[in-house]
Amino acid sequence: MKSKCKRNLPLLTKLAVIAGGGAVGIATGFLGGGGGTLLVPLLTYGCKLPVKKAHATAVTIILPLSVISGAIYAASGFYPIKIGLLTASGVVAGGIAGALLMNKIPSRILSYVFYIIMIVAGLKAI
Amino acid sequence: MILYIAAGAVSGIIAGMGMGGGTLLIPILTLFMDVPQKAAQAINLISFAPMAIIVTVINIKKKLLSKSALLLVAPSAVIAAAASALAAKYVPQTVLRSVFGVFLAVLGLSLLIKQFVSDFVVKYVSALSRMYV
Repeated sequence: MKSKCKRNLPLLTKLAVIAGGGAVGIATGFLGGGGGTLLVPLLTYGCKLPVKKAHATAVTIILPLSVISGAIYAASGFYPIKIGLLTASGVVAGGIAGALLMNKIPSRILSYVFYIIMIVAGLKAI
Repeated sequence: MILYIAAGAVSGIIAGMGMGGGTLLIPILTLFMDVPQKAAQAINLISFAPMAIIVTVINIKKKLLSKSALLLVAPSAVIAAAASALAAKYVPQTVLRSVFGVFLAVLGLSLLIKQFVSDFVVKYVSALSRMYV
């Protein structure tokens, strides 16, 4: 399916999507994550992308954001290299496992658990 | 040592299933492993890159990328990300941690409500409307 986000949107929607992109950038740069969770609804509602395509496009949009922000954090001396690389190896291994498990685990129950963990962790961090 | 790999793996699994693992890795590192907030954020940002590169290559082959959406959203997002990463440098760790906590709780709550509505309310309402039609 061809999606023409750029050409066919009304001007106001287009501006809202661009502003939303700014919010995604702020979440990524300032808070170090969570941009993707904002970006997927922006792409499905704003750009009218199908969910699968929105997820795929979101990952690719976040990539340069996290590389640039990560480089700025590292240049400011905030990246602990050793534990950083250990964690990254875990993320890569887990990411592959998660992609393979995607359709084998009842993801609906898991998402409820995950959202509740997010709320509890957020309240604890405040 | 193994704890860091495990923390990464847990959030990697969630991320690989498309549920935003990054939002999980930061609180795991700060709340359970006493990593400072900014270090946790830097770890999350940098850990995301290798996986995102692999996923992007796969998705290009599957033709799942929307180039027009990419071109529309990326410029403002990149500028905002760079500016706010620079700004974060001057914000105290404790403040950043609290802001992140609020962001996480609000995000979790809104996702929970959204999921609940699409799972139960929509089904219930459509069942009700079928009864009356």
